[in-house]
Amino acid sequence: MSDDQIAVHEPHAKPTTYVEPGPADRFENPGLPPHRPRRADVDDAAAKRAERQVTTLFGLSILGTLGFIVAYFLVDPNLRASILVIGHVNLYHVILGLTMAISLLGIGLGAVHWAKTLMPDTEIVEERHLQASDQEARDEAAGILSQGYRSAQLHRRPMLLLTAGGALGLFALPMALQVAGGLGPLPGDTLNHTVWRKGMKLLIDPSGTPLTPEMVTQGSVIHVLPEGFAGESSHGEDGPSALEIMEVKATASVLLVRLNPELIQSQKQRDWSVDGIVAYSKICTHVGCPVALYERQTHHLLCPCHQSTFDMTNDCEVIFGPAKRPLPQLPITVEDGYLVAADGFAEPVGPSFWERGE
Amino acid sequence: MTTIPQGAHAVRDQSAAATETTADDADPKLPPPVVYLDERFGVAKGFGLFKKVFPDHWSFLLGEIAMYSLIICLITGTFLTFWFVPSMGHVIYDGSFVPLKGVGMSEAYASTLDISFDIKGGLLIRQLHHWAALLFIVGIALHVARVFFTGAFRKPRELNWVIGTVLSLLACVEGFAGYSLPDDLLSGTGIRAMNGFMSSAPVIGTYMTFFVFGGEFPGESIIPRLYIAHVLLIPAILVGLFAVHIFLVFWHKHTQYPGPGRTNTNVVGFPLLPVYTAKAGGFFFIVFGITALISALVTINPVWAYGPYDPGQVTAGSQPDFYMWFSDGALRLLPGWLEFELWGFTWSFNIFLGSLLLLPLVWTILGVYPFIEQWITGDKREHHLLDRPRNAPVRTAVGAAAISMYLVLAIATINDIIAIKLHLSINDITVALRVLFFVLPVIVFMVVKRLCLSLQRADRETVLHGTESGRIMRTPEGRFYEVHEELNEFDRWHLVQHEAQRPLSLTAGPDTDEYGVDRPVGPLESLRRKLSDFYFKDRIEPVTPSELAAAHHHGEAEALPGGTAQAIEESVDRADETAGLRSDDRH
Ligand code: HEM
Ligand code: FES
Repeated sequence: MSDDQIAVHEPHAKPTTYVEPGPADRFENPGLPPHRPRRADVDDAAAKRAERQVTTLFGLSILGTLGFIVAYFLVDPNLRASILVIGHVNLYHVILGLTMAISLLGIGLGAVHWAKTLMPDTEIVEERHLQASDQEARDEAAGILSQGYRSAQLHRRPMLLLTAGGALGLFALPMALQVAGGLGPLPGDTLNHTVWRKGMKLLIDPSGTPLTPEMVTQGSVIHVLPEGFAGESSHGEDGPSALEIMEVKATASVLLVRLNPELIQSQKQRDWSVDGIVAYSKICTHVGCPVALYERQTHHLLCPCHQSTFDMTNDCEVIFGPAKRPLPQLPITVEDGYLVAADGFAEPVGPSFWERGE
Repeated sequence: MTTIPQGAHAVRDQSAAATETTADDADPKLPPPVVYLDERFGVAKGFGLFKKVFPDHWSFLLGEIAMYSLIICLITGTFLTFWFVPSMGHVIYDGSFVPLKGVGMSEAYASTLDISFDIKGGLLIRQLHHWAALLFIVGIALHVARVFFTGAFRKPRELNWVIGTVLSLLACVEGFAGYSLPDDLLSGTGIRAMNGFMSSAPVIGTYMTFFVFGGEFPGESIIPRLYIAHVLLIPAILVGLFAVHIFLVFWHKHTQYPGPGRTNTNVVGFPLLPVYTAKAGGFFFIVFGITALISALVTINPVWAYGPYDPGQVTAGSQPDFYMWFSDGALRLLPGWLEFELWGFTWSFNIFLGSLLLLPLVWTILGVYPFIEQWITGDKREHHLLDRPRNAPVRTAVGAAAISMYLVLAIATINDIIAIKLHLSINDITVALRVLFFVLPVIVFMVVKRLCLSLQRADRETVLHGTESGRIMRTPEGRFYEVHEELNEFDRWHLVQHEAQRPLSLTAGPDTDEYGVDRPVGPLESLRRKLSDFYFKDRIEPVTPSELAAAHHHGEAEALPGGTAQAIEESVDRADETAGLRSDDRH
């Protein structure tokens, strides 16, 4: 590699071989401009000063490192403080971070300053060779390949190539099948149902209190889970597992709102309600975030993820945003004074999926 | 191009004699450990590597930022694995963060709280990891922009560009996977959305979600699976591809900006030992140090404030980390009518387009760009000198237009925040952004292209008439003018070195044969000609020596104090003529 390098000191060195393509009427590359010495190159005091700056930075780094170690042991990890602009912080964390930053920045800035002031700043020219090999090398490579091909008898026995190719092309399939097949159960019709069944009580999430119609006041929104999945009833020995509760929350969460019965526009919505109390799936029909915001005046439900907006007075049709389908309604009725499901959801809840129309 | 360090102006023009270091170590010997290694591996033969030359430019540091943040992520991430428990098993929190005591949560979330509150310095490592991850992706984005706008992706580096695009995609996926691990309310909502994205895929969607989540959402598999992807699978591919990426940079030798003495067949810069080692090594510590500084002072992802994931809850203003904003924004802009039922199946293009399709699409376009440009230019030569972005106006404008589309999508992610802050209707903002997505790129394209052409024209002006010297002269008639100083040949070279690419319709001959009959051109070739026209029809050629000579001839008066005012005006007119835009359809 050393042969490739020519240190260019004289200012007007012309590049050796390069010919610029294009029309003849072009300027010529003037070669590297003359080197200008830096102050530290010609002035000893300046060089000394640069050295001092670099050693100071390295020294600072050492102090930072020591500071980190001392702080690690001596500062109380729960030390908290208010810092201007930043606000309330864990001071222990801040001290560790700052000492570490000093330790690192000292090295970094020192090294770069050293390179810029004291290391040579004369640019070196290295030749570059085109990537492509010359014809001779290519011919030789072709010879090697062809020789390998022929000595393996592939040119005379093509079936060897075909079967070997076929076998190599297929051998990974069993592995792929195993891993893909083992990843998860087939969906079946899991997505078409939730746990809601006829007669299940509507419980307040998270307390688990069963609801009577009187408890649902106008203007409030109540988050509801099916009987057995909220509050005490979900904790017992034979209660659902934490995993089951998560799955139920992800599919069967319901919002309960009392509307002025006159506002309700569709007959279906009225049939499935109790005195203006309507229950709708809380899972957004876009990609499944909980539709958590209720606007009292307009009776709109808003999904905080991508702002799909559903009109509760019009059977939760989408009035804005990227969702397409209305939130599914849960039919409810009253049994023994409590609000219960009159049936499960009539359609799949949550995000769209390929087979949901079937 | 030589850098003149602070305070050195006084010695600018002194002789260079004193600068050479004397060889005071006339007979250097290899240190014993190197001798030991050389006897076993022949390492001394490879020491030529230390003399390898690297060109120096601030924009080359952008890739280094990405490289160093990757290393910081690897180090801090390994630390995190010692304490992080990738399990969705249910526990009751009993750590030292009082507000969450007694709350049920996953082990993943609980262990993230432990890292943040009960492991000394654990919070610092978490913050370093997250900030380095963000810096990694910012570094990649800026690096890609540098490579794009300077044409560094041209032959022979096309394949390294492809590797780079794969790396950047993996970086985003890796970041998303990591972000999801703590299983807090915010990241859980992100996983919920990912589940929705997958189920929107035609035909295989439902199967895909069940296979990825190991059953119905949320299940218990997703965190362990994301974990192994995050700490093993993706890092392994990432590091492997990165090694190839950086090897190819060595192999091809770094590109360099054009300048005096720099040609397509050399590299001008500093040797690896000691200058580049000190600069690049030092820069690693600077990047690490700045990451530590930010981590100390600015909290990122305070998971304790969000609470554990609960599928029935959500925080308002949920946004992913910034690099996923464009995808989230696309989901907000795509209208609901893109979902429909056909043949009994549900086609959710409103979701599918913005999520599963958008990412591969964006990265495919990015990946094939060099091949498309090469096809259009027909330029099969090797390029080791970078373009100044202004000298490739259409490429620069296309890149800027693409960035503007990206930004519109990214801004759409905060449409709710904008609506609240600016008291605007979210409907109006969304509609406006939908329109902007199509209109803004066109405007940006036109503006940037014009800007590049004007800059090129200004370059020509400078070459032909020199720079303003600040000296005002008065003619005998009493008129004032400013003396212009001619550029020296080194400064001039920057402005005249490039070639203006000509469209194929000029270089490939006319479309009619010698009898005036249309030469049959296939539809593909005709498309190629059209694109070539689109790219290169409007162009500004660099000043040629004869043009400069002519300008001198006409502009004599300008250079000579006391020349006549008429001569000045004449020369200005003439410059306007020569610098005129060449647009081939104007003739
Ligand atoms: C370039 C690569 C990487 C990126 C972009 C990245 C990104 C992230 C992000 C954004 C988080 C969330 C951090 C938080 O705020 O809690 C995270 C968490 C995590 N990462 Fe990485 N990471 C990378 C590499 C690695 C590697 C190589 C490992 C391990 C070998 C690792 C281990 C972890 C662990 C254990 C967590 C969870 C701990 C926690 O969240 O506190 N990461 N990662
Ligand atoms: S999940 Fe509700 S709008 Fe996207």
